[in-house]
Amino acid sequence: MPRRLINRQPSKPTRVALGILPFLMLIAIYMMASHQRLLENPSDKLLPAMSSFANSIERMAFSENQRTGTYLFWDDTVSSMQRICIAVSISAFIGLLFGVANGAIPYIRAKLSPLITAISLIPPMAILPILFIVFGLGELAKVMLIVIGIAPFLIRDMQQRTLEVPAEQIIKAQTLGANSWHIILRVIVPQVVPRLISSVRLSLGSAWLFLIAAEAIASTEGLGYRIFLVRRYLAMDIILPYVIWITFLAFVFDFVLKKTSQKLFPWFHGSLKES
Amino acid sequence: MPYIAMKNVSKEYGDQVVLERLNNRVEQGEFITIVGASGCGKTTFLKMLLGTEVPSRGQILLENQTLSPEPDENRGIVFQRYSVFPHMTVLQNVLFAKEVAQSSLLGRLFGAKRKQAMEQSLSMIEAVGLSHAQNKYPHELSGGMQQRLAIAQSLIKKPRILLLDEPFGALDPGIRKDMHKLVLKLWRQYKLTIFMITHDIKEGFYLGTRLWVFDKIRNDPHAPNAYGAAITYDLPVGACEAKVFQEIDQNLSKTNTAQKNIGEQSNG
Repeated sequence: MPRRLINRQPSKPTRVALGILPFLMLIAIYMMASHQRLLENPSDKLLPAMSSFANSIERMAFSENQRTGTYLFWDDTVSSMQRICIAVSISAFIGLLFGVANGAIPYIRAKLSPLITAISLIPPMAILPILFIVFGLGELAKVMLIVIGIAPFLIRDMQQRTLEVPAEQIIKAQTLGANSWHIILRVIVPQVVPRLISSVRLSLGSAWLFLIAAEAIASTEGLGYRIFLVRRYLAMDIILPYVIWITFLAFVFDFVLKKTSQKLFPWFHGSLKES
Repeated sequence: MPYIAMKNVSKEYGDQVVLERLNNRVEQGEFITIVGASGCGKTTFLKMLLGTEVPSRGQILLENQTLSPEPDENRGIVFQRYSVFPHMTVLQNVLFAKEVAQSSLLGRLFGAKRKQAMEQSLSMIEAVGLSHAQNKYPHELSGGMQQRLAIAQSLIKKPRILLLDEPFGALDPGIRKDMHKLVLKLWRQYKLTIFMITHDIKEGFYLGTRLWVFDKIRNDPHAPNAYGAAITYDLPVGACEAKVFQEIDQNLSKTNTAQKNIGEQSNG
């Protein structure tokens, strides 16, 4: 008698093979469609052949740009990564600082919590013009857009996580002679930091969104800037590799955060089901 | 002068009277077990001793001083769950009290001070039988071991009162027996004054020197919240008969049924 479908587990190699299959199918479908279109019209730009991708990547990433004398692809990558790393670090720090203060100290919460809720409801893209006016068109405005986009979410999440630290632990710490500062430093912060990492992982999607939006509007280099620039020439042979590269960078970012958290906080991951 | 004195202690929340005029005294070194029907204010009473609740009227004195209205080092507590820090190993959990006492800025110790605090912590860990697990995190420990840790953590502060809130309620019967032995051993060894809430009346008769029963003296079926509970029995443990035990058991189940009926009425 075969077991029910929900109880059947694929073995590890099967799982890997099944995971790769949809990707291979997508690539195959793309290649067939591209082949068809190019047969009809060799100068079609919508679905370029693999060889055009290779050419473009070679041109963008492995040969000097004639005008600037640099490698555009890597310049774009470095400036985008710089922006997102700085912005995410600042946001995480703000999230931890204000979230824990709000969660742990009722007098601070009473003052700041309504304000932060209100700020978090402002659509960040709506105030992008204000950011450009106030901070100029330089790096600061782009970093600020990301910070304004994700920091309120992180603050609110950290506040919630702080409030979720069981009251029993806070009471226990007081009976052990800890003052408010000790409780924040030794009981609350170490317990919310791994949760901060998971919230940062969740907010990375929005961070990329805001980064690309800011670069698209006002920038002179960056992954988002390049995509929007070459859109004018329907350069799918550049846009698609850039999109795949951005996806890959986002994946690496997420993966590194996950592994770091598992390494640093075994007690947190030991009592949780992994996602 | 009694060690702990309760003078006309009452507690109410709005219209609901939980505890009424408690008057009692406790000497140093007593081990009091508290039983009672659910909703009869045992936990409220423990919270007043702990400092997370204050009496609506009357006062509780510890050596003639009013108890401070927030938890402090005079009182140790072991809850049924969640009273150890999940992000610290067994050793770090016990060390915590020593660290915050001696380092007000960082709450951490280094060098010789740390070494000395470690030695004390390790001997405390040994006293509760957790030496083999000193570097494990709480999630790697069984429920009984976590409670041993919670006790060690409190005892290192040498609290003047140790409060146990159904500490063994979630444990298997076999492990509970081991824990009884441990608590009795530590109580004698460290000359502790203990208040322990339990819903297992047998536990109350087996452990400690005194058994308190919290129950409602008067009960008005039309106004179930109008009267609070008080201490209806105050018995020296070991000197009472099986008849008393049965009587208490019956009374409590009567109150429990009465409250259940009220609950059902108000729900329906």
